Amino acid sequence: MAILQVNKVSKLFGANPEQGLQLLEQGWSKARIAKEKNITVGVNRVSFDIQEGEIFVIMGLSGSGKSTLVRLLNRLIEPTSGEILIHGKDLRKMNKEQLREVRRKKISMVFQKFALFPHRTVVDNVEYGLEIQKVDKSKRREAAMKSLELVGLKGWEEKMPDQLSGGMQQRVGLARALANDPEILLMDEAFSALDPLIRRDMQDELIELQDKMKKTIVFITHDLDEALRIGDRIALMKDGSIVQIGTPEEILTQPANDYVERFVEDVDLSKVLTASRVMRRPETITMDRGPRVALELMRERGISNLFVIDRSKKLLGVITAEDASDAMKNNRKLADILITDGPSVGPDTLLNELFEITSMSKVPLAVVDDTGRLMGVIVRGAVLGALAGETKNEEVTQDA
Amino acid sequence: MPKIPLASWVDSLVDWMGDVFSGFFDAISFIIENVVQLFTDLFMLPHPYLFIVILAVIAYLLGRLPLTLFTAIGFLLIDNLGYWSQTMSTLSLVITAALISVILGVPLGIWAAYSKSASRVIIPVLDFMQTMPAFVYLLPAVTFFSLGVVPGVIASVIFAIPPTIRLTRLGINQVSGELTEAADAFGSTSGQKLFKVQLPLAMPTLMAGINQTIMLSLSMVVIASMIGAQGIGAEVYRAVTQLQIGKGFEAGLAVVILAIVLDRFTQNIFKSKKRGA
Repeated sequence: MAILQVNKVSKLFGANPEQGLQLLEQGWSKARIAKEKNITVGVNRVSFDIQEGEIFVIMGLSGSGKSTLVRLLNRLIEPTSGEILIHGKDLRKMNKEQLREVRRKKISMVFQKFALFPHRTVVDNVEYGLEIQKVDKSKRREAAMKSLELVGLKGWEEKMPDQLSGGMQQRVGLARALANDPEILLMDEAFSALDPLIRRDMQDELIELQDKMKKTIVFITHDLDEALRIGDRIALMKDGSIVQIGTPEEILTQPANDYVERFVEDVDLSKVLTASRVMRRPETITMDRGPRVALELMRERGISNLFVIDRSKKLLGVITAEDASDAMKNNRKLADILITDGPSVGPDTLLNELFEITSMSKVPLAVVDDTGRLMGVIVRGAVLGALAGETKNEEVTQDA
Repeated sequence: MPKIPLASWVDSLVDWMGDVFSGFFDAISFIIENVVQLFTDLFMLPHPYLFIVILAVIAYLLGRLPLTLFTAIGFLLIDNLGYWSQTMSTLSLVITAALISVILGVPLGIWAAYSKSASRVIIPVLDFMQTMPAFVYLLPAVTFFSLGVVPGVIASVIFAIPPTIRLTRLGINQVSGELTEAADAFGSTSGQKLFKVQLPLAMPTLMAGINQTIMLSLSMVVIASMIGAQGIGAEVYRAVTQLQIGKGFEAGLAVVILAIVLDRFTQNIFKSKKRGA
């Protein structure tokens, strides 16, 4: 079951939000409601499910309602209508104490401008969430130290926040959110205030942390590159509504409408598309065959090399037509001409990294999974084709 | 159009309050009188020289060598001029008035910060209190609390409390929205938010308010002496009415020394706290 379910949640600002809601249902536009009724539609009947352990990115330009939306998820802003279910329990039906309990134990938040308490030391900041739960001093100190170590700030405990650089301050913000050991992390433009290089580092570290801790993360950003880098799924917002929800690839390759298409048209695909996206079905042969069979296969398919695999599809190496024909003449076996140090990459390798590898290697690039099984092959033409916007996914197959 | 009988309305209101709340006023009077007396006894307990040494040590601990010298020399001069006991009673009155102002003013300021409707009532009342000539509310103070030090304290509080309320409210409202949001997001109760986030951050502003309150109540001592509050203010008042320019200067100088010491002490107490943190 999804950890967080959002069903038709809206937030309207103004004297009579209920009326605005009815008008929305009747099909009035956001602009018309604003003009004629003086009601601002912040979030317009938004629905999505977030799975446990997922990084769900909500992306949109400023004014799209993304920051309002994330604050509805822990009721820092009260929704006008809709359901927000955490583990199936409706947040909107909770009383103050229940809500406080959820904020203390289940959902933590990281803020755009860090929102560190300037009068508290780093470690006291990190402890805050536990302190207000009256966790005893030594226990919460221990949790805070662990949390600080996790974000790489060991040794900085006793500093004041303003003695730290922006990147470090946001690490403190992250440590503070993690100290409560929440299930869900809400990150509101958490890296937007940082320098591009530091932002990149933080994104990598967040993904790493996520691998380790398996938190569910709702990440708000206005930066498409950031969304594509860290998001498992992305919800694109415009004017308070969600325009499209999908994986980064889906957003890029199957934009739902003109707006999304315009949004993503400048994206450098080489930084988004992965090896699994452009790989082709590999031609293979097992070790027990002879060079003659191999040569025949290559001739048939019009290719100059073959991957050699064992019975469990594990990649053993590659052979070339030239070597095979020599071997046939000299009566040698496949094992004698097997090239075992050919390049191979994982399925999540980005295209821009593939360029270098393919250009340096004579034999084609193998794509293998974690267990060493051959998944596909990368030919240079396919990489260029993908960048040119070709997306012939049907040629790609997972089982080689 | 006949004149609105505002004056007689106010008169009868004051009379009515005097009748109805007399027990209440007596209780307040009793408390204030004893608090002032307590402070005076406390300050008069050590020998002046010992007291001066104590003050100098405090000034030194606040990390201000010039202030240490000024405090020692200033108070020695007061003692030498023969205004020691009067200065101590004035100090007691000022401290009592400041204490009451803080006890009432800080919560009122917090309330005004939290509630728009409260601040809509409180702010105009503060304007009224600060601009109404101080002499005017000396009279009802005397009606309710008779002559002496108590109406002096009451008048000082009315005159001096506005900065504490205003700056408490300002200090809390100045705390950035993101920080209060963070406090909420981690599940703080409103009390935790107030005491762990808002008040500590409002502290510099709040302390500036308290400092102003102390200064204003000190500036009331001469006026308070007109209704029988003893102390250095009474010396000034007497000197003025008897046209004794030299004596007036001496007593006035004592007020100035006390004012400067109080001001620097309250300013530095907070600063040194911040340094220590």
